[in-house]
Amino acid sequence: MSDGDSSDKDRGAPRRWAEGGPERLYVVTGGRNRPAERVALDLVALIVARGAPGPGAHPEQAAILRMCTNPLSVAEISAYLSLPASMVSVLVGDLIDGGQVEVRAPASAAALPQAAVLEAVIDGLSRI
Amino acid sequence: MDPQPPEPAPDAAAPLVIKILIAGGFGVGKTTLVGAVSDIQPLRTEARLSDRSLGVDDTSGVDQKSTTTVAMDFGRITLHDGLVLYLFGTPGQERFWFMWDELASGALGGVVLVDTRRLEECFPAIDYFERRRLPFIVAVNGFDGAAAHDAEKIRVALDIAPDIPIVQCDVRERSSGKHVLVTLVEHVLTLTTKPRRATGRSAVLATGRSGGCSPP
Repeated sequence: MSDGDSSDKDRGAPRRWAEGGPERLYVVTGGRNRPAERVALDLVALIVARGAPGPGAHPEQAAILRMCTNPLSVAEISAYLSLPASMVSVLVGDLIDGGQVEVRAPASAAALPQAAVLEAVIDGLSRI
Repeated sequence: MDPQPPEPAPDAAAPLVIKILIAGGFGVGKTTLVGAVSDIQPLRTEARLSDRSLGVDDTSGVDQKSTTTVAMDFGRITLHDGLVLYLFGTPGQERFWFMWDELASGALGGVVLVDTRRLEECFPAIDYFERRRLPFIVAVNGFDGAAAHDAEKIRVALDIAPDIPIVQCDVRERSSGKHVLVTLVEHVLTLTTKPRRATGRSAVLATGRSGGCSPP
């Protein structure tokens, strides 16, 4: 019980990505499969909601806003919503356009990390 | 029993995020390692490799416009002071993950998990990290019954540089998994601070490639 393909069986659940068929993904994103004119969000980009979902919000987007009251990565949103990361990117992209979420890019993406950060990581790991 | 998002903590400031990749052959224990050290049950995400990522030379049975979907298990470790580590187990069985630039982008480094009975299965992972100049270490998973191997013999067999750490581990043990991660971060720290020591100043220099191609 380690990698990839075994764990669905272990969880006794059907492959959840297929839930509702591909139509669901199509409808959820309005037929788009990538964010318009935007670089795909990093899997560890953190999404933070700026407020609660308004009335008439898209169910998936409302769910994202609710779970992102605290910063949550694209990968986690993808896992919790059972949607591929690319679909989450599209949904989050719309929320960014609407000013409903902020994105915090991973700090490590900009440059190699500073020694102080690495020392903090080593220190933190030794404490957990 | 679907996983649920964590309850919001009182402090909503965005933490610093660090991404670490756990690579190796299929079934070598990547997800077990992620699960042993993660705060949360390993989660699964799915991502697509676009045709752009699939090299032009690979035409055998692959439609030009096709995409490959890869599933990855990942975990999270929340450290102090708003520091969060994400650990991604690279897909072990898909053919194309190692052509995936996005995965390595922004990553701190990688752990190549090795099963000494199937050494060759980690070659694509080592090639991947070397090609992207991503710091990595080798962790030898001590499966029951597997003979303990001399680190130097493994180094020769894998043909990796002398400064790359090789550690023995048991991926089921949290403390062992932590040791693997600490070894990686210490290795990255060594690489980061070396140029700085040499010049005695400037973090900018420390971020440059150690080899340093001279400008045209």
